[in-house]
Amino acid sequence: MTTIAADAHAHDHHDADHKPAFFARWFMSTNHKDIGTLYLIFAIIAGVIGGFISGLMRIELAEPGIQYLQTWAQIMDGPDATLDQAYHLWNVLITAHGLIMVFFMVMPAIIGGFGNWFVPIMIGAPDMAFPRMNNISFWLLIPAFMLLLGSTFVPGGLGNGAGTGWTVYAPLSTSGSPGPAVDMAILSLHIAGASSILGAINFITTIFNMRAPGMTLHKMPLFVWSVLVTAFLLLLALPVLAAAITMLLTDRNFGTVFYDGLRGGDPELYQHLFWFFGHPEVYIMILPGFGIVSQIVSTFSRKPVFGYLGMAYAMVAIGVVGFIVWAHHMFTTGMSVNVKMYFTAATMVIAVPTGVKIFSWIATMWGGSLSFKTPMVWALGFIFMFTVGGVTGVVLANGGVDDVLHDTYYVVAHFHYVLSLGAVFALFAGFYYWFPKMTGRMYSELLGQLHFWIFFIGVNVLFFPMHFVGLSGMPRRYPDYPEAFAYWNSIASQGYNILIIGVAIWFVNIFWSLFAGKKAEGNPWGEGATTLEWTLSSPPPYHQFETLPVIEDAHH
Amino acid sequence: MNIIKSLVLAGLLAVAPSIAVSQGALAQEAAAPAAATVDSATEADANATEEAVAAPARMKPTEGIGMPRPAEFGLQEQFSPTGRQARWIHDALLLPIITVISLFVLALMLWIMVRYRRAANPVPSKTSHNTLIEIIWTVVPILILVVIAVPSIGLIAEQYKPAPKDALTVKVTGYQWYWGYEYPDQGISEYVSNILPPEKALENGEPNLLAVDNRLVLPAGRPVKLIITAADVIHSFAVPSLWFKMDAVPGRLNEKTVTIEKPGVYYGQCSELCGVKHGFMPIAIEALPPAEFDQWVLSQGGELAGEQAEAPAEAAAETADAAPAANAKI
Repeated sequence: MTTIAADAHAHDHHDADHKPAFFARWFMSTNHKDIGTLYLIFAIIAGVIGGFISGLMRIELAEPGIQYLQTWAQIMDGPDATLDQAYHLWNVLITAHGLIMVFFMVMPAIIGGFGNWFVPIMIGAPDMAFPRMNNISFWLLIPAFMLLLGSTFVPGGLGNGAGTGWTVYAPLSTSGSPGPAVDMAILSLHIAGASSILGAINFITTIFNMRAPGMTLHKMPLFVWSVLVTAFLLLLALPVLAAAITMLLTDRNFGTVFYDGLRGGDPELYQHLFWFFGHPEVYIMILPGFGIVSQIVSTFSRKPVFGYLGMAYAMVAIGVVGFIVWAHHMFTTGMSVNVKMYFTAATMVIAVPTGVKIFSWIATMWGGSLSFKTPMVWALGFIFMFTVGGVTGVVLANGGVDDVLHDTYYVVAHFHYVLSLGAVFALFAGFYYWFPKMTGRMYSELLGQLHFWIFFIGVNVLFFPMHFVGLSGMPRRYPDYPEAFAYWNSIASQGYNILIIGVAIWFVNIFWSLFAGKKAEGNPWGEGATTLEWTLSSPPPYHQFETLPVIEDAHH
Repeated sequence: MNIIKSLVLAGLLAVAPSIAVSQGALAQEAAAPAAATVDSATEADANATEEAVAAPARMKPTEGIGMPRPAEFGLQEQFSPTGRQARWIHDALLLPIITVISLFVLALMLWIMVRYRRAANPVPSKTSHNTLIEIIWTVVPILILVVIAVPSIGLIAEQYKPAPKDALTVKVTGYQWYWGYEYPDQGISEYVSNILPPEKALENGEPNLLAVDNRLVLPAGRPVKLIITAADVIHSFAVPSLWFKMDAVPGRLNEKTVTIEKPGVYYGQCSELCGVKHGFMPIAIEALPPAEFDQWVLSQGGELAGEQAEAPAEAAAETADAAPAANAKI
């Protein structure tokens, strides 16, 4: 395949930087870098929508009572919207926030965006293995997102939109939600899932078949390792989700009773299938982040990653064990004692490879020569915040203890520490790290640092108090709460106000840098940046590595 | 409606049990002349209260007990043996361990950031392997996890201990959006428990969004077996101060035992997304001293353990229409 591509370009007067016209370039793209850029833009738009929804939720939760929901329901459902419709809108908001952030922000950004941009370059390949499939992977996301957004305007029970939570548990999602909204949301997940499966196939094929001469598996940068493991998780987990939600569809529309406990089915079956997908899904969101952080820590410490093999196989171990712990999401469903003990023990095991990764990052920095450029401060923030989110995961892993914490804000705090302060910090770290490479412009260091500190304070003020209300028993997915929870909730809402300023600075930084940023060199980070993308110009030529690079033995 | 129904039954039972059975059956057959029945029942009820026992006065909750406290940092005070055990594991074992680990990581990072900043250490070392330290940071976490796992697994075993034979059995059913409570062995048929409106809660001196009209009345100091199910979608019966949370799944009977150590009012909230009023179907348990609980049972027209020969059959007949999902005999 590569030889054919090289032949074709021989006719192009050897012009590696020849770009097609606008429409052909951006709408019919087969170029991994352009598709990566499209994914990033898509993720940013989705992230703004998902983040706006969390703002709505935080303003409503800032004090006890219902303050704004009814007004919003009137905007969405017409002037005579009832209180029930307002409560339904709340459920639509929590559902949309979860689905958008998981399927349309984190996954497209971290796998579709950075994965597409840098996996081929890092292994010395000219492009992805299946460039046209890469194109359809991206463009499937658009109808998927449209279906999800559109579902909020059609009936889904007492009001418009799907109010089932991102987990779409039956029977609330079957007999409990009449109307087309939930069908549209399910179809949206089907299409987004198909997009991810195609992407996963593409990454696996690319990484196994298109590494440059000398680039053995054990020499691949850790980011490539992380995407490889992630692609396998996607490939194995998403079909199970597809099966689970297909049965939801047939239960809803064609009279089957897979999840109907009163007619021979079982609502728990859905939960087992969903979490068999859902738990690997959380590693799908975080593993590429591990990879990004490894690259950045090594670059800005000017040291190779400590314990490279341990780091790579820790990710493999996390991926494998991630498939056999799913029912810790179901500790209160009434499982038998032995099952609960097994899932408690198995879940705790994951802490071991995760600990290896944390300590290896610290050891990478130990003895290094650290500079604290913006990507590095985000990576450092990631390591600490992920640790905090990780240890509360160990608390939740205990089935007996989980009885009181399950479905409370403690869980919300936990998964936002590993995602909103974990995956998102990794995303920002990667964004600043590769921004000069992708755009050819340096970002503003001052604005980048400012963005970090404001965002860092904001998310901690937002999410740390959730541990406290969770411990004292506040359940998730509530639009209103008893007076006793008011104090920490009002502080959490202040955190959102801080965070949003950080995000605004980020946007200023992007636009300022794109138009007025200093021109970036091929390698702006100096001797610590050893992976192949830094051997190219910034931005890289439209087609890189027409002559494959040869990786020497000493290279890591 | 159900309250009236149970009062009707209570009154009739107290006056003339044998007639009540046939009348109850009749009422089931032909629900049409319901109004007439209610009329006669109020009289019967009035008679009954003279002979039968009055319900104990509605208990006032103690501020901060069995409910969250404002601006609180941690878990609610526990009032069951497994709850205290679990809280101990969290407060004395898990919380210190995770705090120390987090601070340890933070301290290492801060030290590194100072000691190995570029100005202080311009030439980086090239060390990238150290087998000993890699073994240490794999083995030490395993040991910590074992330290956690032993009491944690013990706690699960404790929580799953089956209820003794003489435990009180109560059937809890989740509906959109209220709870139903039934005492099959006492012959107390299902009554429903709805959220109280804010002004009513305030009037009663109870926390808003936690107060209910009819509480789940249980004896203190005695094991209670709750059989939990749902009639429509999944709900979850949760009371934080008793370390109790069990999903209510339609078509399934989940069983969980709890012993409430002290009389009092213990609040909880539905903990599985169940539709629009998910946030508005709270749970309130009123735990009474054994003697008062017996008094309550009698006041509801129920029978105390040991004298319940005919009661279950009646209860079953009475609730046959209420929850077909739950007809599986316990």
